[in-house]
Order: sequence, then C-alpha cells, then structure tokens
Amino acid sequence: MSQFLQVLLSGLATGSIYALVAVGFTLVWQAAQTVNFAQGEFVMVPAFFVLVGTHVVGLPLWLALALALVVSVVLIGALFKKLVVEPILPSGGISLIIATMALGILLKESAKEFYGAEAQPFPAMFPTDPINIFGAVVSMQDILNLIISLGVVVLLTLFLNRTRTGRSMQAAAQNPAVAEILGVNVKRMVMYTFLINAALAALASFLITPVYLAKFSNGETLGLIAFIAAIVGGFNQIRGALVGGLLIGVLDNITATYITAEYRAALPLVLLIIVILVRPQGIMGTSEGRTV
Amino acid sequence: MRRWIRPALIGLAIILAILAPVGQGNYITYVLTSWLIFSIAAMGLNLTLGYAGQISLAQASFMAIGGYTTALLTLAGWHWMLALPVALSFCFVVGLMLGYPALRVKGHFLAFVTLAFNTLVFLILRNEEWLTGGNYGLVGMPRPDFGLFSTMKQHHFYYFTLTITIVAAVIMWWIVRSPWGRAFKALRENPIRAESLGVDTRRLTLLAFAIGSTYGGLAGALVTPLVQFIEPASFGVAHSLRILLMVVVGGAGFFFGPFLGAGVVIILPEFLRFTEGYYLIIYAALVIVMLVFTPKGLIGLGALLRDRFWGKRVARGDLKQGAQLK
Amino acid sequence: MSAPVLSVRNISRSFGGIRAVRDVSFDVQKGEILGLIGPNGSGKSTLFNCILGQLPPDAGRVEVNGKTVTGMRASSLNRLGVGRTFQQLSVFPQMTVLDNIILAGQEHHGTMASRLFGPSDAGLTEAADQMIAFFRLTHLRDTIAGSLSFGQQKLVDAAMAFMAGPSLVLLDEPAGGVNLTMLGSLKERLTAYNAEHGTTFVVIEHNMEFVMSLCTRIIVLAEGAIIAEGTPEDIRSNQTVIDAYLGGG
Repeated sequence: MSQFLQVLLSGLATGSIYALVAVGFTLVWQAAQTVNFAQGEFVMVPAFFVLVGTHVVGLPLWLALALALVVSVVLIGALFKKLVVEPILPSGGISLIIATMALGILLKESAKEFYGAEAQPFPAMFPTDPINIFGAVVSMQDILNLIISLGVVVLLTLFLNRTRTGRSMQAAAQNPAVAEILGVNVKRMVMYTFLINAALAALASFLITPVYLAKFSNGETLGLIAFIAAIVGGFNQIRGALVGGLLIGVLDNITATYITAEYRAALPLVLLIIVILVRPQGIMGTSEGRTV
Repeated sequence: MRRWIRPALIGLAIILAILAPVGQGNYITYVLTSWLIFSIAAMGLNLTLGYAGQISLAQASFMAIGGYTTALLTLAGWHWMLALPVALSFCFVVGLMLGYPALRVKGHFLAFVTLAFNTLVFLILRNEEWLTGGNYGLVGMPRPDFGLFSTMKQHHFYYFTLTITIVAAVIMWWIVRSPWGRAFKALRENPIRAESLGVDTRRLTLLAFAIGSTYGGLAGALVTPLVQFIEPASFGVAHSLRILLMVVVGGAGFFFGPFLGAGVVIILPEFLRFTEGYYLIIYAALVIVMLVFTPKGLIGLGALLRDRFWGKRVARGDLKQGAQLK
Repeated sequence: MSAPVLSVRNISRSFGGIRAVRDVSFDVQKGEILGLIGPNGSGKSTLFNCILGQLPPDAGRVEVNGKTVTGMRASSLNRLGVGRTFQQLSVFPQMTVLDNIILAGQEHHGTMASRLFGPSDAGLTEAADQMIAFFRLTHLRDTIAGSLSFGQQKLVDAAMAFMAGPSLVLLDEPAGGVNLTMLGSLKERLTAYNAEHGTTFVVIEHNMEFVMSLCTRIIVLAEGAIIAEGTPEDIRSNQTVIDAYLGGG
C-alpha cells in the first residue's frame, strides 16, 4: 500500500509537469489552430539557456533562471509566432505540422551541436531529501514540483476567467470575429497565448530537468506525452489538459512499476488511440470546436 | 500540353534514370537507389494523402513492417521474390486496419493516431528482441539472385530497383486514372457529396490506406536488401515526417510529385554534407524557410492542400453542414 | 396503381426537448414535383435529413419504391435510385465538369473490380456529355468546376444528381443564391427533365415564386407538422398557411 502511494505521488508530481506543457499546448491550439509538434523541444531548450547562464557566463542560479525565462518567452513565444506560425498558418494544417516538426529537429540538433550530446546535470532548485508520507517515501522535490505546477495552473485559470485580459483571450480564441467587433485586440491576445505557452514550457523545463538531466533528446518523449495529455484530457479545455497530464503521469508510473517497463511508453499511445476513437472530444472535453 | 510531350518527358526521365549510375561509384549509386525506394514510399503516401485526402504520419512504420518481414523471411532462406508478396499482403492488411480510425476522425486527430501507431510499431521492433533483434536490428540479409542476374553489385541492384519502381509507378498510374482514382479525388474534395452519389466512402478510405501502406511495404522490402542491415531507428516518426515532406515538397496529388520530392529530400542532405554535424540544423531551417516563402511546394501545392484539408472555402461548405447534422 | 416513389410514414424527430418533426406522413407519386415549404424552423430541413438517412428519425419509416430505407447510408440510398442536391455548393472543385459528372454515374456501373480494371471513364463519357449538353454546360465541359460561377455550379450539382438515372431526386433549396437569369434556366431545365424522364422531385425551397411555378403539389409544414397540402393555387389562397407565415415567419 505504501509502495502504491509512493508510485501514485511521484506519478502525480511528474504528471503535474506534463500538465503544464499540455496546458500551454492546448492554449496555443485554441488561439491559433496550431498543433505544435515542437512543444517537447520547447521544454528541452530553456534548461540549456540556464546552463549557458550558470556555466558559460557564470551567473548565479536565480539570475540564470530568470534570464532563461525571459529568453524563452522571446524566442519560443514571440519569435515562434512571428517567424513560423504567422507566415505558415494561412497555407494550412499540414504545412504547419511539418514546420513545427522541423523546428523541433532544429532545436534538438542545435542543443546537441552547440552544447553537447551528453546528458548534463542540472542544478536542483529544491532539496531532494526524502520525506515520509503515510509510509510512502517521496522526495521533497516531487512534492514541491506538484504544488508549484498545480498552483500555476490554478493561477492561470483564475487569470483567464477572472481578469479582463484573460476573458478577452478566451473570447479571441473562441470566436475571433466577434471578439474583434467587441473591441478585443485579437492579434495581441493570440500573442499573449504564445508568450504564456513559452513561460509554461520554461517552468516545466526548470522543474523536470533536475530529475531527467539536461539532454538534447528530452523533448521527444515530453512533447508526445504532452500532446497525449492534451488530447486525452480534451483538447479545448485547460482542466482537461490538467487531468490528462496527471493521469498520464500516474498511469506511466504504475505501468513501469507493476506491469512492464519496456512498454511503458506504449501505454499513453494506446490510451491516446482509444480516446480519439471512442471519445474524440477527450475525457473532460466538450464536443464543440473539435471539428477540424 | 500536346499529346506527345508527356510520353516524351517520361521516356526521357526513364533514359536518364537508366544512364544516371553509369560511371558513378558505389556511393552515388546507393544514393540513387534510395531515391527510387523513397519515391515508392512517397508514391504510396501520395495516394493516401494527395489523392484521397487522408493524412498519415505512419508511412515509415509500413516500411518497417515490409522491411522486417522481408528480412526475417530471407534470413530464413526464402527467396526475396517469395518473401515480397507476404510482406506486401501483411502491409495491406495492417494498412486496412489503420484506415479504420480515419472513418471516425480527420485532420489533426488522424495525424495523431497515425503518429501513435508509428511509435507503437517502433516500440515493438525495439522490445521484441527474440524476433527483431531489438536495438541491434537484423543483419546479413541476402540480395536477390535471379540466376543469370545477381543483384549483389550496387549497379545491378540499382537496375533491379529501377525495374520495380517502374512497375510500381505503372500500377499506381493505372489506379489513379481508373474510376477509383476519380473516386479517391472525390473523397478528398467533398466526402459527403461523394457518398450521396453512391461512392462507398468508407471502403475507399480503407483502400486508400491499404494501398498506400502496401507501397510503403514495398519500399521497406527493397531497403532490406539494399542496406542489408535494418534497425528500429530507421523507421521512427522522423522518417514518416521525411516521407510526408517528400510528398508535400513534390506536390501532393501530382503523379510525379513524389519522385521530385524524394529527390530533393534525399539529395539535399548530400549537398549539405560538408557542413557535417550542422546539416540537420540547416536542413530543418531550410524546410521552414521553404514553407514560409513558397508554401505552394514545388509543383504548386499549398493552396490545394489547404482547400483539401483545412480550407474554409468552397470544398468545406458541405462538411460544415455534415458536422451540424451529426 | 404501383407503390408511391416516396412514402414517408409517421416520422418524428426531437432535439433535446424540442420536437422538430411530429408524426409527419405523406406519399409522392411517380412524376410528381412536390414542394416542401414552411417558415424558418418549421422542421423541413430535419424532415429532409430524416428522409435522406443523414439523421435517424426517433420514430416512423421511409420507403422508396416500396422498400424501407430508414437510416440507410447515403451511398446505399443513392444506389437505390435516390439522387439529391445540396443547399451549399457541392461540386468537386478541383475536378473538371466532365469528371464531376462521370463520377456521379460511375458507381452505378459495374463492380469495384471492373471500375479498377475497366476504362478510365467507366464507359460514361457519352452519357456525361449528353447530361452536360442537357444542362447547357457543353462550353464548360473541361473547366475546373471550382472556377465556375455560383449558378453554374448549381447546374453541375443538379446534373450530378440526375446522372445515375434516379427515380427520385431531392432538391435542397435549389434556388438559394442563384441570380434571376440562372434561376429561370434552372427551373426550365428541371421541368424539362421531369417531363422527359418522369423523374419524381421533392423540393425544399424558400423562394415562393420558384416553388409555386415549379411544383405540381405543395406540402406546408409549421412547427414540425403538416398544416396544409394541395396545388400551388390552393396553397396561395389558404388562410392557415398565410397565418403561419405571418405569425411564425
């Protein structure tokens, strides 16, 4: 029982980080019909910005983190939208799928060529001391990751629902034409979405890299898992992406511990196929806005 | 175009393809052979995507299925010509099954399902070591020997592949010019209207996947004796993306698009070879730049694709109605 | 007397709590041109979709030439001789007019196998050319359908519905968005086709003048039920119909 609790808690901790990535992915999909196949690399890259800050420039960790966040928001938020999405979106979904996949390769290979193919240790922000919860031994890091991720998602939801800007963003995503008439600056709102996505990806990067080490190939699995979380949860809902992320994290951990370590990567995929076929609007999603 | 221009161009292309490896070393011949093989894979995806309008990100997994089936059978002593029909039938059946999701979902969702399928195939190839050799893959597959004509030499294997490519292209040409081809295009442009005119869109969707996948399997069955070594890493999602890129670059829905696209995608890295490690970076950047500046692809495709899949113009009017009805 | 071409029996369909179609029954005989009219929200589109198998009715059944077709797939229904046109533009925009028309007939010729191994045009070029000529589109035969004008595309759409020689054709707002000149020629061609082949039509239409001059009989729906039925002259002077349009329209 205590082992199960342990598996569950650490699954939730990883799952909450997946959720951050999935939420950003969902926001961008809603606002700009962009399925970002480079999302995983968006999580891989900010960690390398931090490493450049601490190792190459010699900055203290907090400053490196802050700078990496800013650089990420500019590069994988604003520039991504301006240079990739905006020009290619009018030529349609397939072009954008290929372009974001190519961007993923570009980022991955750049990290490999310019920083190295070896996994790099990444400074932990939190103590990794084990703590005991009802017999389950969980690291402090896991617990804090879980709390921070969930906190950010809650704050984001409040921002989107309670503030004027947040509501404008939702309006812009749901019905740009009407929002424009109502005086919402749709272009700016869409840009905000990309910035938020970049910030979420950077945060996820800072939280997960101490666990996985910084490696150029980190994005491969992360991106796929985030998509799956977003789809399983329901593409068009933040709540869905959160639930999807947690679910994948927990299921992944349970599969790896109790069923098969070799096929742990297969489980989310099978889940994805089943969900798309049986309930294409996702577990939490509503069916509207799903017609592609 | 005048009637004789097209056959003349095709004749010229075949003569060029026959002369291409003359006087060239083994490496160039090898690259030309892979161009032909990827053209076959792209031709298959062009049927599924370009003609029938069903997106698939799983073409590499069919190369894997075709490749591994051929490898296992030829290693067990079968002749390649006997292993081939088994591999193709297997791909046809699996492709048919992959078509079922397409009956329920379209666009991005179909892209995800096929992507997930590709990854699942990859995982099986990696994990089932007893059968597939796991990460180490399979080695030492023999090249087919036809008594008087052995394909052990690189040039011979090239001509062997060229013959098969021409046969495959003729069959594909026959399919797309037959009433089936017209029905595939109708499925792409307006499935609801097609259904209302008696076209069995369900069966056609499944067939589009099955035939496209069989071409993928044929390409895989040729890769096995070409490289004589196969491993799961050669058939990952990135390779499906490469084949998709070939179709898009060449011009989806154009018969000769895949040959052009495969040429560009295979040969471009050869030109970038001098950049060593940076070639993938430059390559990816070039792809993005191309999509930004020439969204219509090389044979003018962007606008067509947009109308076919994500367009909001003429072709979509009825789909919207269909969506409302359900 | 032979079975009616179309027989609608006690069709009902609700959406949530709203009963869009309530217990509607009617027959259409061979050669008739039946108009189905009614104010917005009267349930005529729902009824149409129930007949065409796009929307399963909650109750009731539909028969075509004496055969129950309720809930049948559109392609099977078409093979039983039911053609249709669409409210929105419904040609295949990147195919030529000729290819559009041939497609509309090819699934009625031979088998899957013969359509793969047989001739490219399924032996239909001549029949397609006649159909194209009938709708006076010969000069546009090899044009890409998507580049035609709205009215011309409507004509192609209608020609496609007739290509397989159906016994019944359902026309969904054929006059919608068509300019006056084109409207006249569309009506004239439809009437001519009906006279020549005895094909039965069921027409949904908002354009009263068009319906009144095209149809031989009219059924008026309001709030999901039939409120009147008769010749165009009867309907024109029917007080219930006038009230329904004024009240609900």
